[in-house]
Order: sequence, then structure tokens, then C-alpha cells
Amino acid sequence: MWGAVIGASVLAFAFKYIGQSIPQSALANPRVARIADLIPTALLAGLVAVQTFAEKTNLVIDQRLAGLAVAAIALYLRANFLVMLLAATATSALLHQL
Amino acid sequence: MSRAVIRDSLSISIAVGTYGAAFGVASVAAGLSVIQTCALSLLLFSGASQFAVAGVIGAGGSALSAIAASGLLALRNGFYGARMAPLLKVRGFKRILASQITIDESTAIALAHESKSEANARTGFWLTGIGIYLFWNLATLIGALGANALGDPAKWGLDATIPAAFLGLLWPRLTSASSKFVALGAIALALILTPLLTPGIPIIACVLIPLIVGWRVRS
Repeated sequence: MWGAVIGASVLAFAFKYIGQSIPQSALANPRVARIADLIPTALLAGLVAVQTFAEKTNLVIDQRLAGLAVAAIALYLRANFLVMLLAATATSALLHQL
Repeated sequence: MSRAVIRDSLSISIAVGTYGAAFGVASVAAGLSVIQTCALSLLLFSGASQFAVAGVIGAGGSALSAIAASGLLALRNGFYGARMAPLLKVRGFKRILASQITIDESTAIALAHESKSEANARTGFWLTGIGIYLFWNLATLIGALGANALGDPAKWGLDATIPAAFLGLLWPRLTSASSKFVALGAIALALILTPLLTPGIPIIACVLIPLIVGWRVRS
């Protein structure tokens, strides 16, 4: 697991440092900028899906989905990030106890 | 330097920094140790990428998948860096420091103040970056120690914390029709691929959707 920690850290720093060191025009292509802007959206959405429904390689519906639904409602109501997380966590904990 | 910049920087530092506690909890719940969790906040220092490492490891993915997912999320920091470099004009050790704190919030504060004064924008970048770094790392340690003391993650509902955190990071990005389309496509693709591929790979495969959509769609 240290491999993941160090590898991800080195890669992130490399991107940050390279960005600071190359001419801005190198990334000015609108197509490149558009793709770069959409990549986090896709990965975060994929992570939401996998973290909610995946149990190794099976898809399951459990208390995590209820927690996510509560999180979505909280976000829709413009709740603070930590309030939203607490609401989702409490929902899942409650269902786990039942 | 103007008071508005200092106020903006400090308030965002405290607000965002405290989210580090959520990362600390989520990372320990995903199976990383307290020291590994703190190392991610100290060394990686980019929220979404850190959550991705915890998320992929927690889902049973390999170290390589975790690095790839985290790295793809960290790509945007390179774009921020290229935008900030002409403003900061730093070299050597200072450039290394500036790189480490080139994140969503430090860039956003700098851009928000750039039109009024470049000096204020620089102050905003440094104050916000350093402020978040301090609060984020302190909060990570507190969250990680707290989760470590709790034991079984599911019993406390922590299994829902990571997906909720990702949803919270995703939400402000869903501003255009193409971003919503990309998000829905990525959810569908990740779910279709989950039973077919090793954990971690379905998340990385989601990068195909912005490649296709971003190439074709004119915004």
C-alpha cells in the first residue's frame, strides 16, 4: 500500500511541477483544455458509482445507496460539505444497526 | 496587500482544511494506516486524488490502479500550474513550494483577485495554499486517529462516507450539459465494467468518455 501512497504522490507532484514549468501556450489548445476539464468529472462520477454499488466485482444495493441519496438531497439543499458527509454517514450507520 | 485577500484566503483555508478530517476518516476506513493517510495529505496534497487512492484501495483495486486514478485526477493541477506560473514568476526552491500548493482553491483565489492587482493575486495564492496545507494536514491526523479508534467502518456508516465525499466533489462540476452527460456516461460505464474487470480498472476506463466527448463537442 505504500507503493500506492508514494507513487500517487510522486505523480501528482510531477504534474504540478511540470505545469509550473512549461509555457502556458503548450496547454492552450481548446480541445485539450476541454478534455482536461471533463476528466475529473468522469472519474469522480465513476468513483461515486463504484463506491456505492460495488462489492469487489459484484453489484449490490445496500445502506450505502441510502447514504448517497441523503447526500444528494443535502447537496441539493446547498448544505455544507461536512454536514452532507455526516448526514450520509449517519444514514448508513442507522440502516446498518437495523 | 489588501484585507479582502487575507480574509478570503483564511476563511477558505479553515473551511476546506477541515475537510481533511473527512479524508482522514475515509482513508482509514478504506484500510490505509494512520501514517499512510497522513503521508498522502503531506505528500500528495490534492483532495480528489487522495480520496481516489483511498477509494480504489478500499474497493480492492491494485496499487497501480490507485496511482492511475489518482494521477488522472491530478492532471488538472498541471493546468493550474501553467496558469499560475506567469503570475508567480518563481524559480528553484520557491517553484517546488508553489507546485506543491497548486490546487483548486489556491488557483481559484488567485484568479478571483487577479483582475484588481497581481500582487493581491500572488498573496492570495500563497496564503490560501499554505493555509489549507496546514489545516488539511492537522485535520487529516485528527480524522485518521478518530476513525482508527472507532474500529469496524460499516458499523459507523463510514462505508457511505467515501461515495458521499466523491458526490460532494462532483456536484459543483455539473454545470454544463456536456459535464452532466459525461457524469452519467461514466456512472453507466463503471457499473457495466465492474462485474467484468479487476476492481479499479472500471474507474480508469471512465477517462474514455471525456476523451470522446471533449474531442467532438464544441462548447
